[in-house]
Amino acid sequence: MNIGCQKPLLITIVLFFSVITSPFGHGQQEIFTFSTAKQETTYQALIKELRCLVCQNQNLADSNAGLAQDLRRKTYEMVIAGETRSQIAQYMVNRYGDFVLYRPQVNRSTFILWFSPFIFLVLLISLAFHFIRKTRKRSQSSDYSEEQLAHIKSLMQDKR
Amino acid sequence: MIAEIGQFSLILALVFSTLLATLPLIGSLRGIDNLLLLAKPAARALFLLTLISYVCLTLSFLNNDFSVAYVANTSNSYLPLIYKISGVWGGHEGSLLLWTLILATWTMAVSFFSKGIPEIMVARVLSVMGMIGFGFLLFTLLTSNPFDRLFPVPLEGRDLNPLLQDVGLAIHPPMLYIGYVGFSVAFAFSVAAMISGRFDAAWARWSRPWTNIAWLFLTIGIALGSWWAYYELGWGGWWFWDPVENASFMPWLIGTALIHSLAATEKRGVFKAWTVLLSVFAFSLSLLGTFLVRSGVLTSVHAFATDPARGLFILIFLTIVVGGSLTLFAWRAPKIVSRVHFNVVSREMAILLNNIFLGILCFAVLIGTLYPLVIDALGMGKISVGPPYFDFIFMVIGIPLTAMIGVGTLIRWKNDRIDRISTPVMVAVALSLGIGFSSPLLMGHYSLGAGVGIATGLFVIVLNLANLMARTSKGKRLRGLKSTPRSFYGMVVAHIGIGVFIIGVTMTNTYSVEKDIRMIPRDIHNINGYEFSFQGVTTVKGPNYQAIQGHFDVTKEEKKLTTLRPEKRTYLVQQNPMTEAAIDAGFTRDLYVALGEPLEEAKAWAVRVYFKPFIRWIWLGALIMALGGGLAASDKRYRRTRQSTNTSSSTIDSTPLSAS
Amino acid sequence: MNRFSLPLGIFVTMVALLAVGLTLNPREIPSPFIGKPAPEFLLPALDENASQISNETFKGKVWVLNVWASWCVACRQEHPLLMDVANRKLVTIVGLNYKDKRSDALEWLQRHGDPYRHIPFDEAGNVAIDYGVYGVPETFVIDKAGIVRLKHIGPVTLEDLKNTILPLVSELERIES
Repeated sequence: MNIGCQKPLLITIVLFFSVITSPFGHGQQEIFTFSTAKQETTYQALIKELRCLVCQNQNLADSNAGLAQDLRRKTYEMVIAGETRSQIAQYMVNRYGDFVLYRPQVNRSTFILWFSPFIFLVLLISLAFHFIRKTRKRSQSSDYSEEQLAHIKSLMQDKR
Repeated sequence: MIAEIGQFSLILALVFSTLLATLPLIGSLRGIDNLLLLAKPAARALFLLTLISYVCLTLSFLNNDFSVAYVANTSNSYLPLIYKISGVWGGHEGSLLLWTLILATWTMAVSFFSKGIPEIMVARVLSVMGMIGFGFLLFTLLTSNPFDRLFPVPLEGRDLNPLLQDVGLAIHPPMLYIGYVGFSVAFAFSVAAMISGRFDAAWARWSRPWTNIAWLFLTIGIALGSWWAYYELGWGGWWFWDPVENASFMPWLIGTALIHSLAATEKRGVFKAWTVLLSVFAFSLSLLGTFLVRSGVLTSVHAFATDPARGLFILIFLTIVVGGSLTLFAWRAPKIVSRVHFNVVSREMAILLNNIFLGILCFAVLIGTLYPLVIDALGMGKISVGPPYFDFIFMVIGIPLTAMIGVGTLIRWKNDRIDRISTPVMVAVALSLGIGFSSPLLMGHYSLGAGVGIATGLFVIVLNLANLMARTSKGKRLRGLKSTPRSFYGMVVAHIGIGVFIIGVTMTNTYSVEKDIRMIPRDIHNINGYEFSFQGVTTVKGPNYQAIQGHFDVTKEEKKLTTLRPEKRTYLVQQNPMTEAAIDAGFTRDLYVALGEPLEEAKAWAVRVYFKPFIRWIWLGALIMALGGGLAASDKRYRRTRQSTNTSSSTIDSTPLSAS
Repeated sequence: MNRFSLPLGIFVTMVALLAVGLTLNPREIPSPFIGKPAPEFLLPALDENASQISNETFKGKVWVLNVWASWCVACRQEHPLLMDVANRKLVTIVGLNYKDKRSDALEWLQRHGDPYRHIPFDEAGNVAIDYGVYGVPETFVIDKAGIVRLKHIGPVTLEDLKNTILPLVSELERIES
């Protein structure tokens, strides 16, 4: 399959850091001018969060594939026309699907992605505290000293 | 002929790995001392044979033997000598051989530096490493043989990818692999301990220096990769949250957790089962990384020789190794007795929290990397998970973790009181908040996020320095510092490295200026007081490439600082253009110029001009961390135990498995 | 079973997922257009003398939209198949000419033959963006009501044509709009 007919997208390299197209590739690095600084930040943020679809794993800002250039231009035009960040993102999603977004939308299918780290964090921390309180209670109720207890345990282990 | 010798020794190495994987283990289980004692010689033979094989491949590169398919694909007679040597690992097959060689080296190292460890333990450890070696040798021979011949023999090779013709990248993979593979030692120690069913402080102590060394190499390897990406890719980023980067980062996170829990296990006998599990995870994640990188299940900027057969092999291997060790764990762990006896305010608790946070971070990286695959496998469409997700998670979870580092190192083992440490902590809080939140005032614009980041980094640094001071009383400071063990210095230094790293990341992310501009000769562009004046371009010739070189004079306050010469190279064999950015590196800022495309029939040029404050601190921080790891690994304690136990415990502990 | 078996259980699940993952193609992106109305367009024809083309023109017909360009190497691969389909009058093929030069495109058609009923000329690639095109060639099947039914990325092969595209076209033809 020849995607977009850009320069080879798949040079086979094995090393952990190796990249497909040189950043300036073959197309032209377009130079855009903005009337307000806010528009420029919106544009810069967008092209960093939108994925270049024909590249292996690059955002629009870093890629120089033809499609990336077109989508940068489109993004620029929409920013200049006063559209908001989410409007432009939605425009891209409508055309290319969720794949185009590097920041996955929060919805039912990405709920686990966004929230599970925090849920597990809270869960594990409370487990840790629970665990300590439990073992402390147990050791307080025990008549043996810590050393004695360890000794007994090691004896039991050896028996087994 | 040379290739055949290489091929033959590789097969012999497979034979020896089979012997190593089976005989000593059987000997240890049945109490047959003769088999047990085979472990060390077999390990050394395995190393020697792998080394011969590796040298043969290198010789094929040096001789421009294009009848070897791998050489024809990754080399060229015009390739400079250094890249012929590093080109050996410039493709899938060769890098796999390097991986195997490094594994054999670690195995051999264990056979030499295990004087104080009972023979039965050493035999089991070496056997487990032999199994891993067997898997990788078989993988190499079956799916990725670097010695395959090519017929008809091409006159010229297809050259090493130009991106890899770089010194930074030449040393990056070996470092990374030493780290990756090094976790196999901790893994083997844990599996051996599980086989014997004995989990004592000694096991943790044996494991610690190995884990530290592996970790320090992994740290350097990742830092090198990041540095290389920064100067070579031409868009000034240092981390892309690419699946391949994540694959190397996950073992690092778990390895970091492992170092801490090993400390707790050794010193206090706690978290034994957990430590075993972590060492299994650290190595499993290294294997998972290999799978992700070489199977093509994920798309990545870093494109690989992907082949489903290879993916399948690694997946099966992963299943056997990890599945086997986790089954062993499920069977043995219930018998592990941990002496849990500590307070909420204690070093143990701090380490537990450290492990939870690092574990969650690793989990987030894993889930972020695999989520698109899962969604796809479930038929729910395609999504991307990129930097915005990872940045968010690391900001929210990483900042509290970093803040805890400072406090955690002050707390004593077992039982401590908050009020004992509250004074230094409050002073450090005041100091770091004060400096942290005022320093953004010196920059172009105020950023609250920068304040938080700098304050957190400073907090870690200040408290760790305070910790060092607290160990020594006034007047006897110098003597106190001298008697402080290296492992303590290691801890302080590594943590300071994290502080430096955090400050670097914060400054770079907040205050970088990146401009894509159009320039004609004599144009001047000003960024943060630095004037970049474009002098035009010339053509230059390299050994195996031609380049267009731009000239930029950089001045600040009328004083000329430097001339930057970014290049656009075209390599003679693989014709794709390469951008060589020109960087003026500095302690507090980098100036970065990359030459883009000619515009308007080469009258003007597209130019990327970057101002990157404190970016060196990112890699400096990583190096300081690695230095800390080295200090800790070289602590006298580990060496002394070896010598002292050397004489006392030469008897073979031949407890059969059934009796334990 | 005990809590120490938990890691093993999680690991087994993960391996299963990875095994499924091995069978998938990470480069294939499903189009969000399937089952949705084809985006509207109004473009000049490649032939400067012909009138403008919009998708209204094909209302009530089953049609195939093929995105192509003269600079696209892979397009030549599928071209004989498209010619064959056109010669046998199996379906109306509309060729969206993507980011091309008029003269190059016309010359290319002269050399390789012209299977297209209409050729909208998308010089800037804006219509292609509307259709979510990310590679050339791409082929869409659109039904009588103007709903996108299929999107194929990359050159069409004989198998694709025989097994998916043409059966789908004849099935859509049978449905009254």
